[in-house]
Amino acid sequence: MIRSVGWLAAFVLLSGIAAAEIPLNERRTGYDLLGPTTKAMQDDDMANPGMLWVLDGEALWARRAGTAGKACAGCHGEAADSMKGVAARYPAFNDKAGRPVDLEQRINQCRIDQQGAPALARESRELLALTVYVARQSRGLPIEDPMKDERLRPFVEAGRALYEGRQGQLNLGCAQCHDDLWDKRLVGNLISQGHPTGYPQYRLEWQAMGSLQRRLRNCLIGVRAETYPYGAPEYVDLGLYMMWRARGLPIEAPAVRP
Amino acid sequence: MSRALISVPPKAKKGEVIQIKALIQHVMETGFRPNSTGVLVPRDIVTAFTCTYNGVEVFRCEMFPAMAANPFLTFHTVATESGTLEFAWSGDNGFSVRESAKIQVE
Repeated sequence: MIRSVGWLAAFVLLSGIAAAEIPLNERRTGYDLLGPTTKAMQDDDMANPGMLWVLDGEALWARRAGTAGKACAGCHGEAADSMKGVAARYPAFNDKAGRPVDLEQRINQCRIDQQGAPALARESRELLALTVYVARQSRGLPIEDPMKDERLRPFVEAGRALYEGRQGQLNLGCAQCHDDLWDKRLVGNLISQGHPTGYPQYRLEWQAMGSLQRRLRNCLIGVRAETYPYGAPEYVDLGLYMMWRARGLPIEAPAVRP
Repeated sequence: MSRALISVPPKAKKGEVIQIKALIQHVMETGFRPNSTGVLVPRDIVTAFTCTYNGVEVFRCEMFPAMAANPFLTFHTVATESGTLEFAWSGDNGFSVRESAKIQVE
């Protein structure tokens, strides 16, 4: 009897609430939900552990690599100028790929085509370092609306379908938590609205840097769904839709999260 | 190479209590975790940290496997004279990093 009441409660909870988009003026980044100590950690560049990776990225930016013997700085010069705003408009449409690519994929494309170097592995220290160094240059800039690029529209819609669709043994979609229950708690943690403003980010739980794709895998595992392999187009589409949801919010990479 | 971030106020008044922050990049592998084949990953941690102020030790600590990765220490000392603060971390597998920062005391 108790069990059936529990199931009924779960059924009401999960099915009774219709997914609704969060109005633009009610959006809050994960930063707003942080405690004061974690906020202080993110705000101070001397205390934010993500800055260690930014320093790594700065060194990699200037280092020659591959058969071409070129460094990122050889073509792009000062990252503070050339990479400003880049993270605010990625994933972006890539002509060579014929679809949107995320920042990590774009960096690896440069490595292969321009530097003649092998692609860096997903979640490797080097790729996270370069990505966060590039993302850091956009800190404070508003996320651009990907719908402005006509070519991206179908991919944003594909991402929306992934975001709203239920999956996994728990049969949940992203929207059930991150649109409808975002100020509630899930095992003691506040549920965020899921805005990708601070990636790659330092999570205290991971005790390390991680990309948006690593974070998305967390949620997929959480609803007991099968994860996509790293670099899968599903992650990029989902990330693109999340950027559309977060349009106008400021980039804060490297963010610190619990 | 491990990177470190040091925060020392560049200027202070004589006798003032100053806050010092030291953050270092390190995995702090506990030695208790098995890898995917069930074999324990060998311990790899920072075991000691010292801070000297013009050669005088003002802070020292030992670290153990329960410390989080990328240990971040905040401590205080009294600004006595202009000079150099030196920071030294040491640990498993010959880990050794040194950093320094200047302070001007008026």
